[in-house]
Amino acid sequence: MVDKNKTTFKPANEAQVVEAVQWALSSETAMDLSGSGSKRDIGNLMETGCGLDFSDLTGISLYEPEELVMAAGAGSLLGDIEKELTSKGQAFAFEPPNFSHLFGLETQGTLGGMVASGFAGPRRIQAGGVRDHVLGVRAVSGRAEVFKTGGRVMKNVTGYDLPKILTGSWGTLAAMTQITFKVLPKPETEATLALIGLDDETAMKAMSAGLGAPVDVSAAAHVPGTRTLLRLEGLVPSVSARMESLKTLLAPFGEIDVLGRDMSLDVWSKVRDVRLLGTDDKTRENAIWRLSVPPAQGAKVLAEIKAAINVNAFFDWGGGLIWLEVLNEDNACAATIRSAVATSGGHATLIRATEALRAGSAVFQPQSTVLTLLSERLKGSFDPKGILNPGRMYEQVKR
Amino acid sequence: MSQLKLPDVNPLTMDNRDRIITDLKKICPGEAVISHDREMAAFESDGLTAYKQMPLVVVLPENVDQVSRILKYCHDNDVRVVPRGAGTSLSGGALPLQDGVLLGMGKFNKILDIDYDNRCVVAEPGVTNLGISHAVDDHGFYYAPDPSSQIACSIGGNIAENSGGVHSLKYGLTTNNVLGLEVVLITGEVVEIGGKHMEAEGYDLLGLMTGSEGLLGVVTKVTVRILRKPETARALLVGFSSSENAGQCVADVISSGIIAAGMEMMDKYAIHAAEDFVHAGYPLDVEALLIVELDGPEVEVDYLIEKVSAIAKANKAVSVVASTSEEERLNFWAGRKAAFPAVGRISPDYYCMDGTIPRHQLPKVLSRMAEMSRHYDLRVANVFHAGDGNMHPLILYDANVPGQLEKTEEFGAEILKLCVEVGGVLTGEHGVGVEKRDLMPVMFSEVDLEHQQRVKCAFDAKGLLNPGKVFPQLYNCAEMGRMHISGGKLPFPDIPRF
Repeated sequence: MVDKNKTTFKPANEAQVVEAVQWALSSETAMDLSGSGSKRDIGNLMETGCGLDFSDLTGISLYEPEELVMAAGAGSLLGDIEKELTSKGQAFAFEPPNFSHLFGLETQGTLGGMVASGFAGPRRIQAGGVRDHVLGVRAVSGRAEVFKTGGRVMKNVTGYDLPKILTGSWGTLAAMTQITFKVLPKPETEATLALIGLDDETAMKAMSAGLGAPVDVSAAAHVPGTRTLLRLEGLVPSVSARMESLKTLLAPFGEIDVLGRDMSLDVWSKVRDVRLLGTDDKTRENAIWRLSVPPAQGAKVLAEIKAAINVNAFFDWGGGLIWLEVLNEDNACAATIRSAVATSGGHATLIRATEALRAGSAVFQPQSTVLTLLSERLKGSFDPKGILNPGRMYEQVKR
Repeated sequence: MSQLKLPDVNPLTMDNRDRIITDLKKICPGEAVISHDREMAAFESDGLTAYKQMPLVVVLPENVDQVSRILKYCHDNDVRVVPRGAGTSLSGGALPLQDGVLLGMGKFNKILDIDYDNRCVVAEPGVTNLGISHAVDDHGFYYAPDPSSQIACSIGGNIAENSGGVHSLKYGLTTNNVLGLEVVLITGEVVEIGGKHMEAEGYDLLGLMTGSEGLLGVVTKVTVRILRKPETARALLVGFSSSENAGQCVADVISSGIIAAGMEMMDKYAIHAAEDFVHAGYPLDVEALLIVELDGPEVEVDYLIEKVSAIAKANKAVSVVASTSEEERLNFWAGRKAAFPAVGRISPDYYCMDGTIPRHQLPKVLSRMAEMSRHYDLRVANVFHAGDGNMHPLILYDANVPGQLEKTEEFGAEILKLCVEVGGVLTGEHGVGVEKRDLMPVMFSEVDLEHQQRVKCAFDAKGLLNPGKVFPQLYNCAEMGRMHISGGKLPFPDIPRF
């Protein structure tokens, strides 16, 4: 359980991060890393003796729009970064989701939190994920040593690609202080084709047809019982030409509606931020799962789950990402969900659940023994004393 | 052959060579174990032909079980292993070791599954890069990363090196296009990472394995995503009277929000060599030539061709030609794609470098390189992936002139140091291998390198997989893992107050 009274270090620079980690190392005190706290309720429960708060490590140190590159302190607020990017017509291509609604919080999160959690939004299927846009990192490992990895250029194979292993590592390997990343131009416009009332299986086929056509679909989602959405982005004449092709291609699937720019923006922000599931007072207690599966198997996975339990769900990533809302009981139906995912290939993460539930159930997909041991050795190589976010990802990795 | 320090030979392995060969033949019966010098000669070098070394023995396994047993055997008997794909590495990644088993993956040459619904292909690592695109061509799909060696290089080798290509700004490198891997660790354990879904669970081992240059594991199965071919593609051929103007043009294209499928630059020397060789119709009175390729729906491509032409003219382009047919587009590329052999035609030997720089540093780097060229009295031709800042200076030399190779390598090292000095990196797509190994400290501190090296230890504590590559010195994992402790206890500093 989180001890609200424990010491929290709030370093103002990298040297102070080193100092804090040094102290934690010497006193064998586990540290709980945080930014603005937007994702503090995701992950396995940890027992830590102190906090390491990055919210003062802010500021953009490099932005060269014509080189598509930015570098900023890990504690920089995403809102501030996005504001700067927007002023130059650029953005994070992978559409980082904002879970504030899901968790009933005010904050959208920090750069460090975005990278440490590694969540990408709808455009993941076209533009890649967070991992594909992190170019370089400065960090303090669990050895209280500053190291840098990667660089600031787009193309770099010098040494191991450690920025990738740090992305999505939930602060369990190193405390990132400075992150350099690739940014891309914002599309000039967008429009969304909506197919009305398809069943899940047919929706997978429609999305697959769209994604396999030379029209550059940038997002594809299916909300069971209502609409199947395929987004096109780019220059105005290009989007209209591609929309015509896509309409012709998908006409056999049924009734089509086209959402213009504003409606398209609105619906995709809801998909991205998971505002289609349990966020009112009645459903706030429900658990939320995030499943990554082979896209064409999406409907099958959901059908298998639905045969056993009651769920609300929708699909993103052309069927490959399933967001599930289940009742907060029976370990949030973990057994049923994990078994369905095991059949299809992929993984399930318990994104939102009560502390009691997270204490009793693994949040991340359990791994094979070989991978578990490998992850453990990897964690040990960066953080031999297990002082950085121990146990947040895997119970076994705690030492 | 140039001098290169490889890890000290393990005398025990050399003494036991006959027994090792016999044991390997039990795992891989038939012709799969090659131990005669005459036959092993084909494996003594890779694409970096300046270095040659005969391996201990060559083994060509044909299934995962054999790979697993070979690696376990080598692990149990402390025998080093060098994995090899098609042997096209330009950094010596597959250079054999005298006391190392060379593990050739060429027999893993089957495509296992083409899955259009999930838009991916599952292949064995020995399948060529182009082989994947060919397999899905009928359905209008392709595999995006396109290294120049794509006709020969294997997808397993692409994983090891994180290969790029001319389209990487828009479509990414290998690492951005891999969904799953089956990897055999040095212990013989087989691990599955990822699959047909996006984002493998846990630590991003896919990202770590890709580009690890055969030091962490041996890839036995690869799942890559395939893309639908764009409806159309057109190219612009733009001549400039200075590289500054060409560089500014590239910057302006990108800041206007256009991500071209490819943007390639050649300097005067490369233009002339290429034109003499393939007669692509390149202008010869320019200092820099830019090829800009745009792909997508016809209406978009036509629009962008106009827009980029206007940007080029605003940057004082002296000639702007847009392709009007597929034949013409391919002709524009013919010269660029033949640039290396074209340079090879006018010089007995050439040495290809691979640094990446922040793009705005191009004029500075080119002018410094020209100074160095005069200093070393060696000519240099430049081809440049301008969109992503990846340079390929080609140093022209003659290996038969005593001392020229050494001088060339010195020149090459100077260029790479310059790349790092201006904010770039040692290698953009060819890998560190043995070639740039000793330059790693130019870019990384001792602490940086130790953090990388410990990752190696997590996979291969005995340091048996491809030692002598990537890192300037071999580390002892037990030594590296230790915390710096004095008197049996860590220092206990006061609680920080800030």
